[in-house]
Amino acid sequence: MSCYESHQSQKSTKEVSLALSKYGVQEKGMSKILMVSPEKCIGCRSCELICSFVKTNEFNPKNAAVTVLAYDEAAIAVPMMCMQCENPSCMKVCPVGAIEFKTTGAVVINEDKCIGCKMCLSACPLGNIVFDAGNRKMVKCDLCGGVPKCAYICPSGTIEYKEATSTNLNKKKLIAEKFKEVFGEVQ
Amino acid sequence: MFGWMGTILRVNLTDGTIKKEPLNKNDACLYLGGRGLGTKIMMDEVDPQVDPLSPENKLIFMTGPLTGTAAACPGRYEVISKAPLTGSIGASNSGGHFGPELKYAGYDGIIFEGKAEKPVYLSINNDEVSLKSAVSLWGKTVFETTDELLKATSEDARVTCIGPAGEKLVKFATVMNDKHRAAGRSGLGAVMGSKNLKAVVVRGTKSIQVANPEEFIKACWDARRKLKAHPVTGTGLGAYGTEILVNILNQSGALPTRNWQESSFEHADETSGETLAAKYLVRNKGCFGCSIGCGRVTRIPDGPFKGFGEGPEYEAGWSLGADCGVRDLAAICKANFICNELGFDPITMGSTIACAMEMYEKGILAKEELGRDLNFGDAEGIVEFTRLTGLREGFGDKMAEGSFRLASMYGHPELSMTVKKQEMPAYDGRGVQGMGLEYATSNRGGCHVRGYLTSPEILGIPQKLDPLVTTDKAMWLKIFQDLTAVVDSANICLFSTFAIGLPEISSMLRTALGWDCTDEEILKIGERIWNLEKLFNLKAGFTKADDRLPDRLLKEQVKKGPAKGKVVELDVMLTEYYALRGWDTEGIPTDEKLKELSL
Repeated sequence: MSCYESHQSQKSTKEVSLALSKYGVQEKGMSKILMVSPEKCIGCRSCELICSFVKTNEFNPKNAAVTVLAYDEAAIAVPMMCMQCENPSCMKVCPVGAIEFKTTGAVVINEDKCIGCKMCLSACPLGNIVFDAGNRKMVKCDLCGGVPKCAYICPSGTIEYKEATSTNLNKKKLIAEKFKEVFGEVQ
Repeated sequence: MFGWMGTILRVNLTDGTIKKEPLNKNDACLYLGGRGLGTKIMMDEVDPQVDPLSPENKLIFMTGPLTGTAAACPGRYEVISKAPLTGSIGASNSGGHFGPELKYAGYDGIIFEGKAEKPVYLSINNDEVSLKSAVSLWGKTVFETTDELLKATSEDARVTCIGPAGEKLVKFATVMNDKHRAAGRSGLGAVMGSKNLKAVVVRGTKSIQVANPEEFIKACWDARRKLKAHPVTGTGLGAYGTEILVNILNQSGALPTRNWQESSFEHADETSGETLAAKYLVRNKGCFGCSIGCGRVTRIPDGPFKGFGEGPEYEAGWSLGADCGVRDLAAICKANFICNELGFDPITMGSTIACAMEMYEKGILAKEELGRDLNFGDAEGIVEFTRLTGLREGFGDKMAEGSFRLASMYGHPELSMTVKKQEMPAYDGRGVQGMGLEYATSNRGGCHVRGYLTSPEILGIPQKLDPLVTTDKAMWLKIFQDLTAVVDSANICLFSTFAIGLPEISSMLRTALGWDCTDEEILKIGERIWNLEKLFNLKAGFTKADDRLPDRLLKEQVKKGPAKGKVVELDVMLTEYYALRGWDTEGIPTDEKLKELSL
């Protein structure tokens, strides 16, 4: 969805720098983010599988920090996961300060501090925190410490982990390629 | 328990009791799961002579130890029963999301026994399992049933069900899950219908554990990497689906045309995967955990065949297309959509229409009886008779018996292109000799996915074999059949085997189950399953005379193309095959072989 891709590009450079500085990423280089292109998604849920495995050593898509929502008639599937907000509601609402920024850009729940009150689950405007009832803990994307496995297992290139530079954005590229087709010099 | 969940549901539809039984660990080790374990249960609990549509037959849904894990293409489950179309053991598998969900609910499989007095469906929400009335769902299509059940239970549940075809006992009705995926062949949907079982809804939130997580995930990454890198699984199937085979088989002179009277179709390209992608493909879709994405989401935007759904697969597109001489891809898609909505097998459907077309052109079938003309190439005809058959209306009531029974009713069984009464799919055995042997020996009758020798003979995977000779075909087929039995019992997708083989599958199984065994021992499981299926069929009354092809393939030479002049040289291959299998000259497993396989 375009909202993912425009997430950072719409912000002014200054704002991004400020946001990044909070968790120690060098201001001159942009950090990588998870970018999702639902138009490519084949709905296989491999991302859910690998996420639940990384988090729990077991396979259980319902405990994954990523969820694929599929729409049959519209013929589209949309993977949803934490977008690592620059101004996270979960962090604000946490009564014990268990939610922290990491240098990877991830907003992470510190399990040592977490008391399991589930306030973050309610506070997240995107619904991207879940409760794993089996292991009695909150589950949220932490970018796998900077190597997000969902992006690596995704067979269709729907989930990518890359810098959100203006030349990296799929939709921008698609439009540019149309220009190329129309106006490009024919050999 | 690792890989398996450790519990089987036993549902007696006659008295409504539901039991949770521990998985028989010994049998699970000998037969893995899916097709193997399901067949073992059939063998132990059902008389092979039973009428497939009687309450005494059982219907088994079974997953495998790799279902629902991160293994390569782990989305499959198997439906096993005695099959109405063939009277042999029936085992059909399907992808989508139902199989994994059943495991997440905590069950390796379900055994259905008896017959419900009124239509029911089974509802599973983790530990809560109950039978509920399906009276209001009876008569509804697969799509309507699925939508209503999801509404009535949980949006994140998964549904498998039958459509009107299964209810009306169409001999080749399917069991349909996630709307578009089918356990498609041999008529297992009719068994479900005979039991008054409309659907199974499952929702699960439990976890699957594996014995050695670190090594298992390494084996999975390795397999997935190979799938991604292979031209067939990494590129071809995703872009064009299985229909990519249309032009390939046509060029090989092995695309059966007009009820197998010819072996190439002059309009093949108009029905190809390339044309489908250009005209009607909306997007490609994968089953659970799949990295291939061969599924076709297709839409016919307007015209008489307007519709939306999935498919067709190559074999369905062929049967409704080349086999009926039909070049209109929109009509082929539409007939395929109807098969999915009403729940029956498009391969047998198209082949049965093709058989009727030949009977009509030869004056065996009269216009008055059909209610219309039915010549080869009739696009409206395939759509019309597909609908009538699914609902058993008009002449469709006779077509619903499949081509063998239809042709026999009129005294011409030789016009039915079947083995063990099941229609052979889209590969002409005269031009692909190994496939001829595959059809003759398949334990569920005419079938391409028991030992897919098209892979080496046409595609050159894992190595190129000459499709026109019989040399070594028996040896290759035995290995392919045994490996496929492993694949269908571990329950991963057979398409993964274009890119991976026994070593990769064995690695995934060993690390998931905590086994210390060789690759050869795992292949032995496949051989054991194959022989068990054979024993079931022997007890059901099958003999060497049933391991035979229609005379057209044995006596009528191919008229033109690369296979010109060829017939299937079955006898030479079959003799060699029986010997390699350790069976006697009548095709009966020897005592030594059974002992070797602990049978």
